[in-house]
Amino acid sequence: MSKIEIKNVSKIFGPKPERAFKMLEQGIPKNEVQAKTGLVVGVYDISIEIEKGEVFVIMGLSGSGKSTLQRLLNRLHEPTRGEIIIDGKDITKMDHNELIHFRRKAFSGMVFQNFAILPHRTVMGNVEFGLEIHGVDKEKRRKRAQEVIEIVGLQGYENSFPSELSGGMQQRVGLARGLAVDADILLMDEAFSALDPLIRREMQDELLELQSRMKKTIVFVTHDLDEAFKLGDRIAILKDGVMVQMGTAEEIITNPVDDYVTAFVEGLDRTGVFTAGTIMQPVKATAHVNDGLHTILHRIRRAGLSSMLLVDSQRILHGYLKAGEVAEEVKKESVDEKKKPHHSLIHSPETVHPDTHLTEVINLYSESTGPIAVVNDNNKLLGVIVRGAIIAALSKGYKPEDNGYTEQTGTEEKVS
Amino acid sequence: MFPFRIPIRDWISAAVDYLSTQFSVVFDSISNLVLFLVDNFKDGLLTLHPLVLIVVLGLITYRMAGWATAGVAVAGLFIVENIGLWVAFNETLALVLSAEVFVIAFGLPLGIFAAGSDRFNGIIRPLLDFMQTMPAFVYLIPAIMFFGLGLVPGVIATFVFAIPPLIRLTNLGIRQVPKELIEASDAFGATRAQKLFKVQMPVALPTVMAGVNQSIMLGLSMVVIAAMIGAGGLGAEVLRGIQRLEVGQGFEAGLAVVILAVILDRITAGFGQIKKPQ
Ligand SMILES: Nc1ncnc2c1ncn2[C@@H]1O[C@H](COP(=O)(O)OP(=O)(O)O)[C@@H](O)[C@H]1O
Ligand SMILES: [Mg+2]
Repeated sequence: MSKIEIKNVSKIFGPKPERAFKMLEQGIPKNEVQAKTGLVVGVYDISIEIEKGEVFVIMGLSGSGKSTLQRLLNRLHEPTRGEIIIDGKDITKMDHNELIHFRRKAFSGMVFQNFAILPHRTVMGNVEFGLEIHGVDKEKRRKRAQEVIEIVGLQGYENSFPSELSGGMQQRVGLARGLAVDADILLMDEAFSALDPLIRREMQDELLELQSRMKKTIVFVTHDLDEAFKLGDRIAILKDGVMVQMGTAEEIITNPVDDYVTAFVEGLDRTGVFTAGTIMQPVKATAHVNDGLHTILHRIRRAGLSSMLLVDSQRILHGYLKAGEVAEEVKKESVDEKKKPHHSLIHSPETVHPDTHLTEVINLYSESTGPIAVVNDNNKLLGVIVRGAIIAALSKGYKPEDNGYTEQTGTEEKVS
Repeated sequence: MFPFRIPIRDWISAAVDYLSTQFSVVFDSISNLVLFLVDNFKDGLLTLHPLVLIVVLGLITYRMAGWATAGVAVAGLFIVENIGLWVAFNETLALVLSAEVFVIAFGLPLGIFAAGSDRFNGIIRPLLDFMQTMPAFVYLIPAIMFFGLGLVPGVIATFVFAIPPLIRLTNLGIRQVPKELIEASDAFGATRAQKLFKVQMPVALPTVMAGVNQSIMLGLSMVVIAAMIGAGGLGAEVLRGIQRLEVGQGFEAGLAVVILAVILDRITAGFGQIKKPQ
């Protein structure tokens, strides 16, 4: 069972929404519906299942219905049609009291772009707010608030008022207020959009770090694709109230369904999205641990490489050899062709996991002189990273297929 | 022009007679409540030695408005005491405070209700606009019709005259609470009462206090006018000065009114800015 099931949900603003549905069912777009009927389409016929522990991002241009969709989840907006099932319960059927009760149980509140913290309360008072609403007694909520204040790094500011804090710190208060409550679902609406880029990135990193420990179910609204791809396990892209695409970052980048999504994807800072696995190249030639020095030199020369990875028959990576050093050695010991390379010739290369982000790969690349090998958890060689592929990935319109690479050919590449 | 006179005065008298006999219980209770409040405020203020009251008011003014204003207030209060207007001064203060009790008791809930209901706001708004365009002494007429002469109609007229800004500004303050703050509370599962007392009222407080300030200042101006129907206090001193053409006496009473106005204004203007102690 999914944590949140959104089933064919629509929200039309205005009286007699049936008029809008009739038109929408015929495929008439939102702006025409609005011109003809005066009804505003918030969202139309959206179905999503959000899993427990997932960061689900809702993305789209301003006015595309992101906030509306998010507010349907806790019924700050009443859905016009459809069902919303959270923890197995249909919230659209709840009466006022049940709803209040359910919100307390299921939601860690909301975090907003403009922070929406109480100006007359201190940091402590704000962080306590949710617990206070839930009727938690004073001593307990103090204690819990203090813990969360430390988690978000606001210790020392407990008695400050919001007006004395920077934007980033105010948003930490907003976040802490949600985290203080022991409920699973956290709703964040453009939570970092008002922060300047550096603080913003810092907050994103911290959110990811917190999430890896807390495992909340986060529904995050943003209009920024970089942010969406950085934070989202999955992303839904909305346009004029309709969901045009849903999937992981890679699915969306590699296969944008239409021009709208393509336009988004083109504006993307790709380093955060692509992984070593996406851009690695098949290994054209390797040396075998049982190969003698001459064989290895021959292979190196034929492949025209400056270095060569050394693997065993399981393709487990043992190291790499430098062309120059091998040639020197062969000159010295020309007698014994079968002699295997001395261990001083075998260097250990930089290795990355296929899930390693491109940003990190780039860092490694600029620091290392040898090859960068992509290996799995068992140190099995999957591919290599070459400079050209990094540059290609950073340029717009790149699709991984372009370099002829797929996972199979990478792992099953024959030693040539 | 016409052979007869339209008997408006007879109709009104009949109607007022009818109402005041039919609802005599209501009017009597209101009268008693007003008298009770005014008497208690007055007795409370006058049992204190003037020096004590001067110090207390001075400290409050200091807390709300700083040294300079507190200095002016204390000097003013000494002058009032010195020129023999101490009792009248405190009578007026008691009248203003009593009227303000009613203003707050009715104005706050009405303002809160107006903020929550566009329909009620739509009804009450033109009414408040109309009330503010009327000259102050017009309010005295219906008040004396039902309560006769004296301080009770004075307080009632003051109440009616002074309530609009509080309703208006309470309504405004609550409506100006950022939508996201309400959404955040709702998202935590706040009840209506929790939202009102933990979010809307505290956030609206500076605006509400501006309403209290305005209504007190309007109340003070009305209480002085209400001396015309026998409400007493400083207004009566001003009136006496005017009627007997004793310019100096009238001026002294006027000065005392100004001193009271400054003190009340500075104290209540400070309310809105108070922060919770750190
Ligand atoms: N309370 C409302 N009443 C009427 N229309 C609304 C309301 N809230 C949002 N809308 C409309 O619904 C559409 C989607 O808005 P919203 O969900 O806020 O978009 P986003 O968050 O993607 O910018 C917009 O056209 C907006 O004008
Ligand atoms: Mg929005």
